[in-house]
Amino acid sequence: MSVDQQSDGQRIRCLVAKVGLDGHDRGAHVIARAFRDAGFEVIYSGLHRAPEEVVQAAVQEDVDVLGISILSGAHNTLVPKILEGLTEYDAFGDTLVIVGGIVPDDDKTELRDLGVAEIFGPGASMEEMIDYVRENAPDRER
Amino acid sequence: MSDLVEELLAGKHRALARVISKIEDRSPGYRDIVSELHRHTGGADVIGVTGSPGAGKSTLVDKVAAAYRDRDLTVGVIAIDPSSPFTGGAVLGDRIRMGSNTGDMDVFFRSMSARGSLGGLSTATTDAVTALDAFGKDKIIIETVGAGQNEIDIVRTADTVAVLVPPDSGDDVQMLKAGILEIADLFAVNKADLDGADRTVQQLTEMLHYGDGRSDSDDGWEPPVIETVANSGEGVEAFTSAIDEHLSYLDESGQRDEKKRSRYEAEIRTLLRADANELLAAELAARGGIDQFVDDVFTRGSDPYTVVEEIVAPLRTCLERERE
Repeated sequence: MSVDQQSDGQRIRCLVAKVGLDGHDRGAHVIARAFRDAGFEVIYSGLHRAPEEVVQAAVQEDVDVLGISILSGAHNTLVPKILEGLTEYDAFGDTLVIVGGIVPDDDKTELRDLGVAEIFGPGASMEEMIDYVRENAPDRER
Repeated sequence: MSDLVEELLAGKHRALARVISKIEDRSPGYRDIVSELHRHTGGADVIGVTGSPGAGKSTLVDKVAAAYRDRDLTVGVIAIDPSSPFTGGAVLGDRIRMGSNTGDMDVFFRSMSARGSLGGLSTATTDAVTALDAFGKDKIIIETVGAGQNEIDIVRTADTVAVLVPPDSGDDVQMLKAGILEIADLFAVNKADLDGADRTVQQLTEMLHYGDGRSDSDDGWEPPVIETVANSGEGVEAFTSAIDEHLSYLDESGQRDEKKRSRYEAEIRTLLRADANELLAAELAARGGIDQFVDDVFTRGSDPYTVVEEIVAPLRTCLERERE
């Protein structure tokens, strides 16, 4: 399909967010670019964002997908705060939240229970992630 | 009134965000929403900020938004970034620079991509401004790369247009070429701490004094040239007061209403064109698509004018009948 044909109508919007004291953003950049090349609209948060900032961005930008990149190991503290914030603004229900980073298996279960849809580790391929987003991006009544 | 409109007017951020998505997607019902919102607008000042990539627009907009917040004013920002003409994808990065207003929901920042549709972007931007205005924002800032007719059209819809010029941006011919002199109500030479800033200020001032730079130079407003260092916040106060001055100039001279009228006129014309286009595209499809007409023209069996007349004539007859 050419760009013109799909220029009107829904396009998948993603926020790629770096949260907390974690200065490694190469991965987030690579993903932002891959998402762009897949035809998504990607909003990149920049480094060192507080959970409130990520919430603010996700709500205002009305993203379909929130990808949180955490390599610092603080996911158990930061991700719940973001999810709470999304709930506060009625955005939790129809935002697909995915986490990328190094997350131990026990924590993965916990994050999933909280409402994280999927967690991608170091071995995940771009295609896998893009396909996952395409298939699972919320089908909103727009 | 739809729930979404009600929620937006009640100040729910989520509803505002969702309405702007609907506007961007042109999803069913967005027109009714914008129609309902229109009567609630008119309270906001709309400021356009444009300039080449890397001129410092996002950083300056961030500082300006913070300055407005200090005055207890609420702010809406629409930042437009280009999208890829190949995949339609986009990385919208202006948000990164919004460091001064993080966590402050009263600065509503929204990134929009150009989505490759001709003319559609200016309609979407105007409608998004309508939504922010109806929401009750005091100041609305539209930020866009100042390249191409599309962007110029968008930024023109603002009450006040600020053009950012980085130091050492070529000789004076470049400035003429860019066509930015005509649309600017004020200039900011950003990154004024860098070498070449003085020269750029001087060149700009000279260009403005040639008098032929602006098509309507006799309207009594001389665009000031302000030096800013957005990173440190230097000159931001001068920048915002220049905007204030221009806005009160517009009010005093009655030009604001004039501007609004011409803006609405342009809006009506754009919508008319778009809808007429759609009508004709549907008619073309109903007649079996454009290919057969192309074949006829190609084999000299017909010509473009005859084809168009064939398709448009029934429409004209129909309208004439309606008018009577």
